[in-house]
Amino acid sequence: MTLMKSLMGAAASLALTAGAALAEPALIFDLGGKFDKSFNEAAHNGASRWAEETGGSYREIELQSEAQREQALRRFAEAGANPVITMGFAMADPLSTVAADYPDTKFVAVDVTWLEAPNIRQIGFAEHEGSYLVGMMAAMASKSDTVGFIGGMDIPLIRHFACGYAQGVKAVNPDAKVVANMTGTTPAAWNDPVKGSELTKSQISQGADVIYAAAGGTGVGVLQTAADEGILSIGVDSNQNHLHPGKVLTSMLKRVDVAVYEAMKAGEDLETGVFTMGLAEDGVGYALDEHNAPLVTDEMKAAVEEAREKIIAGEISVASYYENDSCPALSF
Amino acid sequence: MEFLTIIQILDSTIRLATPLLLACLAGLFSERAGIFDIGLEGKMLMAAFFSAAVAAVTGNVWLGLLAGIAASLVLSVLHGVASITFRGNQLISGVAINFLASGLTVLIAQDWFKQGGRTPSLFSGGRFEGWEWPFAIGPADAAATGQPVSRLMAEANPVHQVYSELLSGHSILVYFAFLAVPATWWILFRTRFGLRLRAVGENPAAVDTAGVSVVGLRYAAVLICGLLCGIAGAYLATALQAGFVKEMTAGRGFIALAALIFAKWRPWHAMGACLLFGLLQAIALRFQNIELGGLTIPVQAMDALPYVLTVVILAGFVGKAIPPRAGGQPYVKER
Repeated sequence: MTLMKSLMGAAASLALTAGAALAEPALIFDLGGKFDKSFNEAAHNGASRWAEETGGSYREIELQSEAQREQALRRFAEAGANPVITMGFAMADPLSTVAADYPDTKFVAVDVTWLEAPNIRQIGFAEHEGSYLVGMMAAMASKSDTVGFIGGMDIPLIRHFACGYAQGVKAVNPDAKVVANMTGTTPAAWNDPVKGSELTKSQISQGADVIYAAAGGTGVGVLQTAADEGILSIGVDSNQNHLHPGKVLTSMLKRVDVAVYEAMKAGEDLETGVFTMGLAEDGVGYALDEHNAPLVTDEMKAAVEEAREKIIAGEISVASYYENDSCPALSF
Repeated sequence: MEFLTIIQILDSTIRLATPLLLACLAGLFSERAGIFDIGLEGKMLMAAFFSAAVAAVTGNVWLGLLAGIAASLVLSVLHGVASITFRGNQLISGVAINFLASGLTVLIAQDWFKQGGRTPSLFSGGRFEGWEWPFAIGPADAAATGQPVSRLMAEANPVHQVYSELLSGHSILVYFAFLAVPATWWILFRTRFGLRLRAVGENPAAVDTAGVSVVGLRYAAVLICGLLCGIAGAYLATALQAGFVKEMTAGRGFIALAALIFAKWRPWHAMGACLLFGLLQAIALRFQNIELGGLTIPVQAMDALPYVLTVVILAGFVGKAIPPRAGGQPYVKER
């Protein structure tokens, strides 16, 4: 029995060290889940691309509740995973305590830019710039001069999306009306397509004929109802044009996949610090493919492309909601 | 506020109240027979998944509905076996059903469809479409005149607006849910079965003495509960939405329970309570913040109101909510 025990112990420790030597990257998905067709799915796509190209493997977990955040971080750090990639703003708090305990492990935080730690790569996206561009397209596609925005959980990040969008709309048509709604104030708001549908119907009845959904899984309901009711919608994070071909005007791309892919590629030599991916870095953008080709006119393309270059050159400045917690183009 | 806006909010109220109403009536049958059921949520969730899954595979929404009802009935039988036959604690059995449904739906969905615990999106044929009544303003008129439906609706006269927006265009399950209210009232208060069912929830020993099977009646009540929950779940997944996503019931089973207490276990009042809770949700969805004479009511307050109202009722401020007397107690024939 004791011999058996020590043998098994030896085998276990061997397995552990072998794992540590390989130093697989790890990926922690946020509550929306790996297949939310949006934010987390983009991360999954980036990681799968890395795995296919390099033949490497990575560990992953889909969080089921708030309480698992710190636990998952510690589990991966203890197991020797490096880097540990986390998704979403809500990982900021657990990261700020856990990162200090594992100075040799590198962490990546997507959508977090405000932590002070030497071993975290913090990646923020200039969502307002991308949203500005799709806002312009929405205003040009709208016939009723009313467009909608449906956010997920009411947090500064989502207001940041809404703010850039509203500015883009007003840039094209200063008289246009922007109807903005948030799904809720708890994480459940990321996964309530029924409520998303109902909000969409409510916005349609207020005259909106293009609706931008920045709401994770709730957005599935928004896009569905928009397609059912014969109006246009705009997807977010991943390219969602294929969900309802010919009914989704475009998608605001947030290249979370690129961020995750690059972090995995860099592996343990990852550069830490705060990085912002904007239009200039191709971190955000809008999606054009065969599914929305009939909807996007040449005029739209030209206008949006021009605005893109001007934003990169600094000629147009899109106000950020974060600067003073308010939006010049939209009141919440 | 414009007249059309009010109509639209009421229209939204009906859509949101329907799953609550079906679940509430389900709970009504069960609790009137003395079986507490906090597993409404789980049964709806299970039905939502199986209806969406079968509708996605077969492309036939009616088969989906049947599958949803069957799945919900299985859970009902489970609840019945645990709490009637084996005289277990009804609340614990209900909680177990909720957990079981929450985990099992995602697990099976992932195994069958590999889409991260959701079903594929349903297309026409796999969904309950809205039922457009004759002469109602709908997509056909929009296509004929080249104007959007919302504009046609705004230009129509008030009676036509009420007819087109509020009455017409819902899925057939909505009309079923509202017809189920008088049906429930009639069954419970005008039939022999209903009298016995209510008696079994108040004083099962008396029913037993009269030579009527307590166990049989309670099983019947639990099965009716399963049937209605199954329809509620199928409505969520195949009429309101086009597919299942994890936890899509989002607490509606619990709001239905709150409505049941609010209605003091009476069918017509249950409809009133569900419409009230639906109205609160619809208003919260339509207006982010409500300005009332300089006072701003945040949207969160509206979301919490159903629960607050239930607590007020339970605390006895507005009359007293007395549950069926034998509720929650397993019936033991002889001691």
